Amino acid sequence: MLDFPRWKVIWLWFVTIVCVAAAIPSLASMAGLSWPSSLPEPKVNLGLDLAGGSHILLEADPAQVRRQRIEGMEESVRNKLKQESKPIRIGDISNRDGALTFIVADATQVDAAREAILPLTNGAGLTGQRDWDINVSDGNRFVLTPTEAGINQAVTQAMDTAVEVVRKRIDALGTKEPTIIRSGPTRIVVQVPGLQDPQALKNLLGQTAKLEFKLVDTTALPSDVAQGIAPPGSEIVPFANPAEGGGVPAIAVKRLGGIRGDQLTNAQQTNNQQTNEPVVNITFNTEGGAKFAKLTTQNVGKQFAIILDGKVLSAPVINEPILGGSAIISGRFTTESANQLAISLRSGALPVDLKVVEERTVGPDLGADSIRKGMIAMGVGTLALIVFILVTYGRFGVYANVAVILNVLMIIGIMGVIGTTLTLPGIAGFVLTIGAAVDANVLINERIREERHRGRKVVQAVELGYSEASRAIFDANITNVIAAVLMFAFGSGPIKGFAVVLIIGVMTSVFTAVTLTRMWVAQWLRRARPTEIAL
Amino acid sequence: MKLLKLVPDNTNIQFLRWRVPFYIVSMLLIAASWGLVLSKGLNLGVDFIGGQMIRVTFERSAEAPVAELRQQVGKLGYGEPVIQRFGKPNEISIRMKLPEGAESDASLSDKMARTITAEIRKNHADARIDGVDSVSGKVSKELGWDAFKALGFASIAVAAYIWLRFEWQFGVGALFALVHDVSLTLGMFALTGMEFDLNIVAALLTLIGYSLNDTIVVYDRIRENMKKFRRMPMPELLDLSVNETLARTIVTSVSLLITLVALLLLGPDVIFGFTAAITLGIFVGTYSSVYMAAPILIWLKVNPNSFVPTETALEKQERLARERA
Repeated sequence: MLDFPRWKVIWLWFVTIVCVAAAIPSLASMAGLSWPSSLPEPKVNLGLDLAGGSHILLEADPAQVRRQRIEGMEESVRNKLKQESKPIRIGDISNRDGALTFIVADATQVDAAREAILPLTNGAGLTGQRDWDINVSDGNRFVLTPTEAGINQAVTQAMDTAVEVVRKRIDALGTKEPTIIRSGPTRIVVQVPGLQDPQALKNLLGQTAKLEFKLVDTTALPSDVAQGIAPPGSEIVPFANPAEGGGVPAIAVKRLGGIRGDQLTNAQQTNNQQTNEPVVNITFNTEGGAKFAKLTTQNVGKQFAIILDGKVLSAPVINEPILGGSAIISGRFTTESANQLAISLRSGALPVDLKVVEERTVGPDLGADSIRKGMIAMGVGTLALIVFILVTYGRFGVYANVAVILNVLMIIGIMGVIGTTLTLPGIAGFVLTIGAAVDANVLINERIREERHRGRKVVQAVELGYSEASRAIFDANITNVIAAVLMFAFGSGPIKGFAVVLIIGVMTSVFTAVTLTRMWVAQWLRRARPTEIAL
Repeated sequence: MKLLKLVPDNTNIQFLRWRVPFYIVSMLLIAASWGLVLSKGLNLGVDFIGGQMIRVTFERSAEAPVAELRQQVGKLGYGEPVIQRFGKPNEISIRMKLPEGAESDASLSDKMARTITAEIRKNHADARIDGVDSVSGKVSKELGWDAFKALGFASIAVAAYIWLRFEWQFGVGALFALVHDVSLTLGMFALTGMEFDLNIVAALLTLIGYSLNDTIVVYDRIRENMKKFRRMPMPELLDLSVNETLARTIVTSVSLLITLVALLLLGPDVIFGFTAAITLGIFVGTYSSVYMAAPILIWLKVNPNSFVPTETALEKQERLARERA
């Protein structure tokens, strides 16, 4: 029990020193010292609630992905059947109610239509799962329903792209040290530390930046448009800024035949040379430029609408074909909003709308103040605790105190190496762990006192103190670990932060409060061979 | 060096003698706590009910102009604000429901935050905006449910472990003590109207941790004594166990209180509610280990024979000593 062979002593010190050394970068940074960048830097990051900063939780709506897929399918089916060697005519097309339905005009072509559509409905993956279910009812009515597996895969892909787009946009803003992570199937967490205004960031992330160019349907009656009634094949789109419509709040545009403005190589905010109004200058890539040239060539003299995220920015008349592969978008921008649109267009459109469902911003002043006060309080508290333990347990108190200090350092060291973030609830975990570590030594020392009181010899009393107290310490710590693991599994952010510190702390506190102090006590007993101990 | 001894050796306080009245009082307190929670309700933060919270410090004022703010923010058309002191008298939180339609259009809640902060800045030059939290209804429901699940599963698993290591009666006792602690803390939050948010849940977890630690220490001694004194009547045995661990209980509690009081007096205001909850928990938790967790063993009729008297290290020493003699 009190026998510590040399290899064990060396091993215990080695573990201790490594963990404590790992805490040095974190301590240096907390003390405000600079850390040479050439050295490794396993640092504990302070959470936003302590250091200040913003936390933004974005969520996508899977229903939107479903809708988009069905709309995309409609276009693919139309094109595909048109391109057949013997074109197949279809009608009564509907993309509502979560499925695409249409009727094949000539009933003898049903099988040919199915043949043609089949390749479009295969999954992209190797799983062999179908992305769409095809049903034919009433002889010639096709119903194409997206499968759950297909939708889920589409959502995953959309979210992967969304994370990339979000990252590009945040980088474009010059945001420092952002954290961008997927959270669950449809969410993205964005965290930005320190003194930065989250407003611009939120504006930027809230913008899907889906740019479209569609022809204006001039046959629509203004009275119908005002009531939201569109002619067949057209849709009503509101103006982003009613002043742009000359008092008309919305405009009718043709659903098909437009192009998307996603094939860009660049987008810049500039000023219109005549009016000095802020505008966005976009440059298409070759393919996009060709499409745009075709659209403008075929529709000279007609009016087309520039639509951003379902709202009309402006609806100019095409005076001449635009062949140069670049265009200017105007829409009563401010310099700021034009710049923001340019960034959004440059980074690509988000494949799905993202909504801010949770936002937390902590002012950096509060953060800094919290840290300073927290440090002072911890310092004073720890000092008072050390004095109390010292006057209660004497020599054994010294061991307990050194163990508690090493425990704190080891927790910081391990947290730094595995890269956890220390938050307010994390500090609660810290306090609980330190409490448990102190309690372990109190249990041991009280037990030694007790056994001495019963008349046992020093060595025996110490041995019994450790062995008998260990049982309760073991049970108490196992309980804490069980609780912490479940909290980690089921809890959300703050509770997880608490649980992580607790799990680390339980391990280090048993190590320092039981194993290390036993080694020190054993070494002292062997060296001094006391017949009486002050306890 | 003369060492400090908070508890004299060989105390013999008959704790369990008063177990029935104490139990009745505890039951009444638990009932009262739930009565308060259900009637008055917890002052739930935006974490759990959704909405927006803006924290403001008035740097050059001794006290925040609460009445003025209520009127100024109230007239902005977003409904009545809930304004509450946060830490010091010049620090407040303003809580609002999210505006109509904010669930589908997040820019509306943004606009509200901007309007309110602009209004405050306009009227109070020394106002420092410390933070803005916006939580949608959907997310807040999830946060609440996650917290509830984490608490519930952790409690049940811990009770199951104690059942495994001791006897089922001990598991029930520990769970009972745990319910007692959580109830009383919730009761205190309902009574004082302190804001209850996710950080407080972490405090609640800490408190449960301490209380369980205490319960296990007492239970461990009970188990040990049950093996040692197989014929001793349960009340007597429990008293003995509590007395034997009394010094440890006091020293540990004092140690924890020293750190907590330092945090309470000198620590940052953001964690005041949090530290207060843990501090209260030390008292409640220590009490519940003695008066909730222990007496229940009498009523649930723990059988001393259920612990097979395997030889402990202590008994081994005694046997060896006998053999040597």
